[in-house]
Amino acid sequence: MAVRAAAGGGLPWRGVGRRVLRTLVSMVLTFLGLTVVTFFIGRVIPIDPVLAIVGAKASNETYDRVRAEIGLDLPVPVQYWRYLEKVLHGDFGTSVITSQPVLQDMLSVFPATLELSIPALLIGVVFGVPLGVAAAVNRGRWPDHLIRVVSLFGYSMPVFWLGLVGLLAFYAKLGWVAGPGRLDVGYDDIVAPVTGIITVDALLAGEYGVFANAVQHLILPASILGYLSMAYVARMTRSFMLGQLRQEYVLAALAKGLSHARVVWVHALGNVWVPLITVIALTFGSLLEGAVLTETVFSWPGLGLYMKNSLFNADLNAVLGGTMVVGSAYILLNLISDLLYPLVDPRARERP
Amino acid sequence: MHRRVLPAAFAALSLAAAPAAFAVTPRDTVVIAKQIDDIITLDPGEDYELSGVEIATNIYDRLLRYEAEDVSKLVGGVAEGWTVSPDGKVFTFKLRAGQTFQDGEPLTAEDAAFSLQRVVILDKTPAFLLDQLGWTKDNVKDLVKATAPDTLEFTIQADLAPSLVLNLMTSIVASVVEKKVALAHEANGDLGNAWLKSHSAASGAYKLVAWKPDESAVLEPNPKFRLGPPLNKRVLVRHVPETASQLLLLQKGDIDIAQNLSPDQIASLAGNKDIKVESFPGSDSWYMSMNVADERLKNPKVREALKYLVDYDGMVDSFLKGIMFVHQTFLPRGFLGATDYAPYKLDVAKAKSLLAEAGYPNGFELRLDARNTSPSTEIAQSVQQTFGEAGVKVSIVPAELKSVLGIYRSRKHQLLLVNWGPDYFDPHTNADAFARNTDNSDKPATKPLAWRNSWYIPEISKETADAAKELDTAKRVSLYEDLQKKVTDDGPFILMFQTAQPIASRANVSGFKAGLTEDLSFYRLTEKH
Repeated sequence: MAVRAAAGGGLPWRGVGRRVLRTLVSMVLTFLGLTVVTFFIGRVIPIDPVLAIVGAKASNETYDRVRAEIGLDLPVPVQYWRYLEKVLHGDFGTSVITSQPVLQDMLSVFPATLELSIPALLIGVVFGVPLGVAAAVNRGRWPDHLIRVVSLFGYSMPVFWLGLVGLLAFYAKLGWVAGPGRLDVGYDDIVAPVTGIITVDALLAGEYGVFANAVQHLILPASILGYLSMAYVARMTRSFMLGQLRQEYVLAALAKGLSHARVVWVHALGNVWVPLITVIALTFGSLLEGAVLTETVFSWPGLGLYMKNSLFNADLNAVLGGTMVVGSAYILLNLISDLLYPLVDPRARERP
Repeated sequence: MHRRVLPAAFAALSLAAAPAAFAVTPRDTVVIAKQIDDIITLDPGEDYELSGVEIATNIYDRLLRYEAEDVSKLVGGVAEGWTVSPDGKVFTFKLRAGQTFQDGEPLTAEDAAFSLQRVVILDKTPAFLLDQLGWTKDNVKDLVKATAPDTLEFTIQADLAPSLVLNLMTSIVASVVEKKVALAHEANGDLGNAWLKSHSAASGAYKLVAWKPDESAVLEPNPKFRLGPPLNKRVLVRHVPETASQLLLLQKGDIDIAQNLSPDQIASLAGNKDIKVESFPGSDSWYMSMNVADERLKNPKVREALKYLVDYDGMVDSFLKGIMFVHQTFLPRGFLGATDYAPYKLDVAKAKSLLAEAGYPNGFELRLDARNTSPSTEIAQSVQQTFGEAGVKVSIVPAELKSVLGIYRSRKHQLLLVNWGPDYFDPHTNADAFARNTDNSDKPATKPLAWRNSWYIPEISKETADAAKELDTAKRVSLYEDLQKKVTDDGPFILMFQTAQPIASRANVSGFKAGLTEDLSFYRLTEKH
């Protein structure tokens, strides 16, 4: 309360400053919480991280030495403190699986995931929102049923199965898209990674052949993830819209003589953008977490596959590093949503 | 920027117009799809994962070898010939003249000595292979020496048969690393370990161009290789985790060889003229272990009964078809001393009467720890069903491999289903695991499989030690035959299967043979027509 009183001087920049401060404090707390939870979960999983390094055939002497080397003989709070110290110095440790610094691994797997998630999110929003609106407007009639069935299908089909069927149809039988992997063998290692996103790097280098090949590889997995996102976005849009269309202002607007289309697409849709932005941000977040199964089917070396491998091999540094990246992505998305709210909702503009 | 955007837009548009233009793999590149996420390093002083050893086999030449042309014959590798002192302790190797590393520098005995010392000093996972020679960080520099530029001499401090020591010199730890290059990249006294994880300093058939963890490894020929350059110009090993994806890639011709197809996927390829399937024996033993710390499993009659409760043939004829065959002894077929002794088959009546004799006419309940992937799951389910027919109720506890191994190493299991692969091409590797336990305390120096099942066997362990140092090879073979019979009959292991490796490749690929062990998988004779 004291803080509020002191900062509430009425000047607008003070309000902004307070908000930034609040955001920063919550970011730091979120990060701390993330590291604590992940760290302690990592210490209680039933896989022995030492065994993951030395192998099942190692002698006890080697086992004990490695155990001491990675500090597992210390009390858990001390281990945690040491880890935190290193992280604050930008050192996330080395991954057991790849033998590379975790930070370097992140710089290679995260762009791969981004390359897949951004088109998927675009597909999800560009198709999901209009479909949701159309379903709400035609509630109970055939377009509504059709859209609901389509999105229910996307919602309930195992993505693993969708991926394999997609590959079988569009890659193996029809030959419309390229197969698993990010590039054909012949296009490997032509473009040096700058951003790590192959399509972008190819364009920067002016290698259009590589770009075309990367897009061919990208289309199918991105479409499948996009379809799943679309299913979710459409469902949520439909239910938000139904809530709005029941409101009296809609009747009033129609009675005033506004066109039906304007009422629906401008007035009603305008009012659901705030919850919708949250839904879209969450969708993006879950795409960034990495779609493990999609990445497995499509041999896509992204964050999901990396995290899965690390978890199953008790590669604690890698798991922690990955969690931090996902955590930061969520925090960032939250921030962006916060910034977007005032753009779509005048009421949010007046709040300090 | 505009100039760049426009062609890009064209490229994007042309995608729709020319969809089927995907190249088959380049003609002189062999593309292998394989699950290689087990690789953590390609430094031969540290490398001990199956896929990693296979790749290093093709990069580093070793002191001695079993070559692709005849994998049953021990021949010189980097060394041309060797002599062993009468007491079997001093080994002298004469190196071939005129060998060079991939960078053109000459290979000398100094490099060979450094490479062996390095393994012991680094003390990574494979170091135990050389530790058993009595070498330690402190003495290895005195015991392993270059006595002339072309002569390597070492002394062992353990009682081991020369044939065993020579076989060790065909394993990953006898890979010869270029000393100068390793030391030039040394950091914090690691003898070049960090750098060599993803680079090569070798004299073998290939050099390592790139290794991207969980993604791919690329090899290119070493034109100066002593047996002549490989028949292909590039090998790309691609990590394809999902086997169904491997199958599709192979059918489309985007890869040349698929190494991890399942039996039903192999079956689906029958009649496909573009693809051929060949099967090669592997060397993994699949077995179920019984912890004799458990009062019931301590009873030999109970153990015998359980050995009669596995449907060996049924499994091999159905879900294991093509990937395993029945093999009930601890030495894989193809190893010195291997036998086809296989006394057990499913016989519920006999098992019931044995259980009744043991005092369990109504059976009992047991926990079975097993890996949660195929074919472990299926084997566990089959066992659960056939054990049930004699009243032995099995509850399966599926888990990740690493956690199953953790349970095993801490002896917390009752039944446990797992596989075992030999460490080098000599019978001692498996005998030392299955037939040795002289210290049954909770903290022994090593944890052989017999120890992990609390099977305390001082006499059998002595026989194992004797077999390891027997100088006469015929006698050595008969010792191993006897040992295997004892372990199969009385041991806490239900030895079930040996692996086979079905390899599917495009019809235009020839010369690829999966090795009995990873040390025998060669890429250099593979070519495309």
